[in-house]
Amino acid sequence: MFNASLKQLSIQLAEKKFSSAELTTQFLQRIKQLNPEYNAFITVNEEISLAQAKAADKMIATGQAGPLTGIPIAQKDIFCAKGWLTTCGSRMLSNFVSPYDAGVIERFNQAGAINIGKTNMDEFAMGSSNETSYYGMVKNPWDIAAVPGGSSGGAACAVAARLAPAATGTDTGGSIRQPAALCGISGIKPTYGLVSRYGMIAFASSLDQGGPMAKSAEDLALLLNVMTGFDPRDSTSLQRDAEDYTQDLQKPLAGLRIGLPKEYFAEGMSRDVANAIEKALIEYRKLGAQTVEVSLPNTPLSIPVYYVLAPAEASSNLSRFDGVRYGYRASSYSDLADMYRKTRAQGFGAEVKRRILIGTYVLSHGYYDAYYIKAQKLRRLIAQDFTEAYKQCDIIMGPTTPTVAFNLGEKSGDPIQMYLSDIYTSAANLAGMPAMSIPIGFGDKNRPIGLHIMGNYFKEAQMLNIAHQYQLVTDWHLKSPV
Amino acid sequence: MTLSASDVKRIADLAYIEINDNEAKEALDQLSGILGLIETMQTVDTSTVEPMSHAQSVLQRLRDDEVTETDQHELYQSIAPQVEADLYLVPQVIE
Repeated sequence: MFNASLKQLSIQLAEKKFSSAELTTQFLQRIKQLNPEYNAFITVNEEISLAQAKAADKMIATGQAGPLTGIPIAQKDIFCAKGWLTTCGSRMLSNFVSPYDAGVIERFNQAGAINIGKTNMDEFAMGSSNETSYYGMVKNPWDIAAVPGGSSGGAACAVAARLAPAATGTDTGGSIRQPAALCGISGIKPTYGLVSRYGMIAFASSLDQGGPMAKSAEDLALLLNVMTGFDPRDSTSLQRDAEDYTQDLQKPLAGLRIGLPKEYFAEGMSRDVANAIEKALIEYRKLGAQTVEVSLPNTPLSIPVYYVLAPAEASSNLSRFDGVRYGYRASSYSDLADMYRKTRAQGFGAEVKRRILIGTYVLSHGYYDAYYIKAQKLRRLIAQDFTEAYKQCDIIMGPTTPTVAFNLGEKSGDPIQMYLSDIYTSAANLAGMPAMSIPIGFGDKNRPIGLHIMGNYFKEAQMLNIAHQYQLVTDWHLKSPV
Repeated sequence: MTLSASDVKRIADLAYIEINDNEAKEALDQLSGILGLIETMQTVDTSTVEPMSHAQSVLQRLRDDEVTETDQHELYQSIAPQVEADLYLVPQVIE
């Protein structure tokens, strides 16, 4: 049952092979057994999970079950869930029991899914290694000396180690795709605006997007069917007709034009990653696809632009954490301003403070045009690169990350080296376009490698089709470290 | 653009984050490095490019002027650090 797909679990629940309560208990026991080693979960609440499972069993018994009814899903601790401690990986929210549900949580609840626990993450989603969490680092289940990636590192670890059948993540510069790649699982960041940001603790609002993380593209499609949809409480939520993301999974790939950006293959990619990408492309050619060289000339700018816009938006978003209405407050202070300063100095970790300072600086008087407006202009050029490229191809492929997972502690003292590990992923957030990662093999030290599949706006169903067809002829997505 | 430790302290002050001299010195090196990375933006001419603030160019939605929120202040204040008489308490600001 730990290796079963969501579809298989749903069939077995319907056939009464086991109940949701039994399934949930099995996963809770596995978490109890393995989480002390991996630290993938910050909070587990057996009482709530089992109550949800019993309610799901009633839905199944009365014929009201949907595709995810009764299935445990691990929720990233960035999604507010009523009655659950919701920390966002920070000391600042170490006592925050959410009084309401995020839009995404509501949708899973309505679908009858079980919240199996809240997963560990980089503090306020700021990190690429899960080392900035106040609740301790997460280990990569393929090699406990390696990082799981971040910021959705707990989610990726939980799915890879089979502590949950699937998980949610959020992606501001690669936080779904990079940990999915480093942990050997599948994950998709949808088009900006498809998944509600209501109750999803904000990092950089014009870039943040929630999405699913799972073993396979087929599972991602089922999860996306539940997660997407208009939410009037999110001012950037898109009003579109509902789409069935499973509808195109079976389509053949004959005639598919895969764009390979020459900038991605020029330098910086390690040999093991390059070899795995080449093998994956051979599979795609066998499936009837052809490859064409495309160019994304502004690729080198995506990191500097990202590290202006994301900290700028973060410094504004995180100004709400002041120790007044919820969360941590310093225990001693002299006056109101001192309370703010001490609360924020003690409540935020080093990386979060660093980004708030950068953001405050680039937005400060005299620098706004040189940094913030300049970055927004370059953001348009980066987005236009993709629009141009999609005139010559249907889809873009490349590596999700330049290397396999690095070691814990290897980059934590050097923020710039850490930031550069987002080189292939952050452009999709700047453009607002969908992008995903699927496992395609193993590299140095037998650590997983991910293939980055990027598409034009609203091409999720096609991307999932492309990933699914590969997974029908390969078995990388079925491999598990435990 | 080079930063000084006093610039770092001024920025921290704007951001309401307490920072001591040692922390400011440490932050200075890291922030200078990051600003160096950011500086590469200036090599591109963008004089004719419109800024892009959002991925989707959609207009802000309007809604009817109706009350949609219910009063849940007891629930929301139950998780506040300090509350008295339905009010959030902070240190005195007006003498």
